[in-house]
Amino acid sequence: MTLRLCLCVVALLVGGAAAYAKDVLTIGVSQFPSSMHPNIDPEVIKSYTLSFALRPIAAFDKDGINTCMLCTALPTLQNGLVRIEDRAGGGKGMAVTVKLRDDILWGDGRPVTAADLAFTARVGRDPTSGFANTRVWGRVASVDVIDDHTAVLHLDEISTLYDRLPAILPEHLEGPVFARVAGTGDYRNQTTYNRAPTTPGLYNGPYLVTDYQPGQLVVLEPNPYWKGTKPGIRRIVLKAIGNTAALQANLLAGDVDMAPGDAPSLTIDQVLQLRKQQPDRFTYIFRPALTYEHIDLNLDNPILQDIRVRRALLLALDRNTLVERLFEGMQPVADSFVSPLDPMHADGVTSYPYDPARARALLAEAGWTPGPDGVCRNAAGARLSLSFGTTAGNRLRELQQQVLQNQWKNACIEVTIRNEPARTFFGETLKQRVFTGLAMYAWSFGISYPPRQTLATDQIPTAANNYGGTNYMDYRNPTMDAAILTAETNLDPAAQKVAWADIQRIYADDLPVLPLFFRADAYVLPKWLKGVTPTGHSDDSSLWSEFWRSE
Amino acid sequence: MTRYILRRILQALLVLLVMSFVIYSLIGLMPGDPLDIMLASNPGATPEVVEHLRKLYGLDQPLMLRYLRWLQDALVGQFGYSRTHSLPVLSVLVPALIQTCKLMIISFIASVILAFILGILAALKPGGILDGVISLFAFAGISVPVFWLALMMILVFAVKLHWFPASGIATVGDGGFRDQALHLVMPVITLALASTGGFTRYVRASMIEVLRMDHVRTARAKGAAEWRVVLVHAFRNALIPVVTIMALSFGVLFNGALLTETMFAQPGMGKMIYDAILGNDFNLALTGLLFATVVTLLSNLVADLAYGWLDPRIALT
Repeated sequence: MTLRLCLCVVALLVGGAAAYAKDVLTIGVSQFPSSMHPNIDPEVIKSYTLSFALRPIAAFDKDGINTCMLCTALPTLQNGLVRIEDRAGGGKGMAVTVKLRDDILWGDGRPVTAADLAFTARVGRDPTSGFANTRVWGRVASVDVIDDHTAVLHLDEISTLYDRLPAILPEHLEGPVFARVAGTGDYRNQTTYNRAPTTPGLYNGPYLVTDYQPGQLVVLEPNPYWKGTKPGIRRIVLKAIGNTAALQANLLAGDVDMAPGDAPSLTIDQVLQLRKQQPDRFTYIFRPALTYEHIDLNLDNPILQDIRVRRALLLALDRNTLVERLFEGMQPVADSFVSPLDPMHADGVTSYPYDPARARALLAEAGWTPGPDGVCRNAAGARLSLSFGTTAGNRLRELQQQVLQNQWKNACIEVTIRNEPARTFFGETLKQRVFTGLAMYAWSFGISYPPRQTLATDQIPTAANNYGGTNYMDYRNPTMDAAILTAETNLDPAAQKVAWADIQRIYADDLPVLPLFFRADAYVLPKWLKGVTPTGHSDDSSLWSEFWRSE
Repeated sequence: MTRYILRRILQALLVLLVMSFVIYSLIGLMPGDPLDIMLASNPGATPEVVEHLRKLYGLDQPLMLRYLRWLQDALVGQFGYSRTHSLPVLSVLVPALIQTCKLMIISFIASVILAFILGILAALKPGGILDGVISLFAFAGISVPVFWLALMMILVFAVKLHWFPASGIATVGDGGFRDQALHLVMPVITLALASTGGFTRYVRASMIEVLRMDHVRTARAKGAAEWRVVLVHAFRNALIPVVTIMALSFGVLFNGALLTETMFAQPGMGKMIYDAILGNDFNLALTGLLFATVVTLLSNLVADLAYGWLDPRIALT
């Protein structure tokens, strides 16, 4: 009787389980944004989520071309919207005129204006505002508001990145908040994006955030004041499921419709496996991206100071087989940190195809010959032994590591795996440069973003610079520094191309880092969803979500 | 009794004070601090800006001084802001605590009821077929990892049978009682099954021991019905050691809740504390861990009070 009663209750509960209509899209992600403020705590998941609702002034499209989203024309020297000017305190700066479109409205119907741009610059320049990248707005010395939709940004430097124009904040909502807490360091807590993230006026994109449940889900629905292409999905739900195995099960159960490749979601091996198991149920897209998987070499280590050893290390690796076996060839092998997708990619840099014989010859030339146990030794009897670390618990990386260790063993190089949790690995080991040999992780670059932070001499982390840079290798090359400076400051496109080619050539010749491969963004989409266009870079596919359609 | 409870509460407060210092110190010793994550993404931050931010957030002060300031604020209910949620700590913690309590209390009750039934049945004929089957079930419950069990539940009941939603606490646009109940079924079963195995073994052992005692034999000799012998004469006596274990296990359920919450995307305390620790969210991690300590202390107190109720010979002074 009791059993029957229980079964009846279960049947009653289960019977009416609601099914999603096709105008509701549930996206499964494995992380949750810490807030909805576009400039505080930059996270991949936040960028992806916000891109449905908040437009930057300009963004790179799927072809890697910087295009206007809120502006009428991208400022350039050629169209007269950018000019070089003398700064009051001496030196040169830039005046960048931004003309905003007059058909862009905030979600409460108020227009997006030049005053919003000026306000954002003011908040961004305040070091206590909590803006993550103060460099973007910190270089804006002042803003002249010409009219409702035109403003001139006065930059205190000459920079090739003058046309990287991010999202702006609604002054009518954020102005009073900032005025109340300016200078106290409390803006990051008091901002309306945190206190009331479903306020429509915070957003200006095709969708608005209509529900926000921390740690669980974000719901987006069409913005009634959006004047562009009408969004084709009635409701988009971003659902956070921390465990990717559970996320995959949710996808199979139909509780989740889609796993995006440009936000933290299923790993590429999970998507490859799913494609084998369910080839017809979903649409699978693998888009090579700019994220660069590599191995930093600690150049303080006397063994690694010898360029012949560094080259031998790379020649001993069969990276093609590695990506073929582990990722079915979906992640292209890298020759430098600049992806072929980047307009600044240079062909013809030195490459290091798998050549174990040449690797052994180079090692012999450097004084390392195989010992009785197969490990190379030098004349003093020291072993060619290096420690090799990465983030513990990252299954794919650990798998890669084992393959690499084995390949090096065949070339008489001994590597000892020493992995650490991510917070220790990044927070101490790399930051304070206490690793002694090899460190494997990924860099994520913006398109044509000069690599000062990772390769310039002034970015070697030290106590003096608060361990600020990420040149963990201790790589010092004045020619590289000069080329980076040119890439940052020379506005002549031809000179930039040359500087970028130099950077890649020097990088491949010096090998301060062993290039492995570029990651691919792996998407699982429902068959009924059309119009999703992966970009492969940090401007997410969700920036063009108004073109997503249910068919 | 009142004096006893007051004394225990005072002891608990002292333990909390010590624990707050220990937890604060341990978190302070972890690699990185709340500014590290902020600065990692800020290539433009000059040493002056970093210094300014350190002063602003009080991170330039010695650990002990920071702790005393935190304690001063905590005593008036100000637990600060969560870095990873950008909200006051209590606004993040209270909903998570409610969610976890819902999950833990229901699964605890379910596992206790199941363990009592199975434990008693197994103890009636030790070594019999039923005992063997129940023991097998109990050992399986003890041995099976919670995350695996959760995954199997999702695959069977959500993927194959489509009986229950695979994750979350409610459907967007619904959220009624039935919808919430549906979302709770699989996490509750998972968490309950994980603890039922251990509880069953304790109930079984305790019942076998009590059923051999003289007063049980006497009750049978007096012609009392078997169900009365088992449930009235034996079960109450067998409860005393079992209650200790169960009450102490209540706090341990937080561990299981972490995995269950992660697998079923339930925004509870376990996952919140785990994410806070990984995200250098000191305020949230600290307050969350203190709340977990309070739950453990309370469950210990409940266990002690239960002794007195079960066995009047135990004097609580």
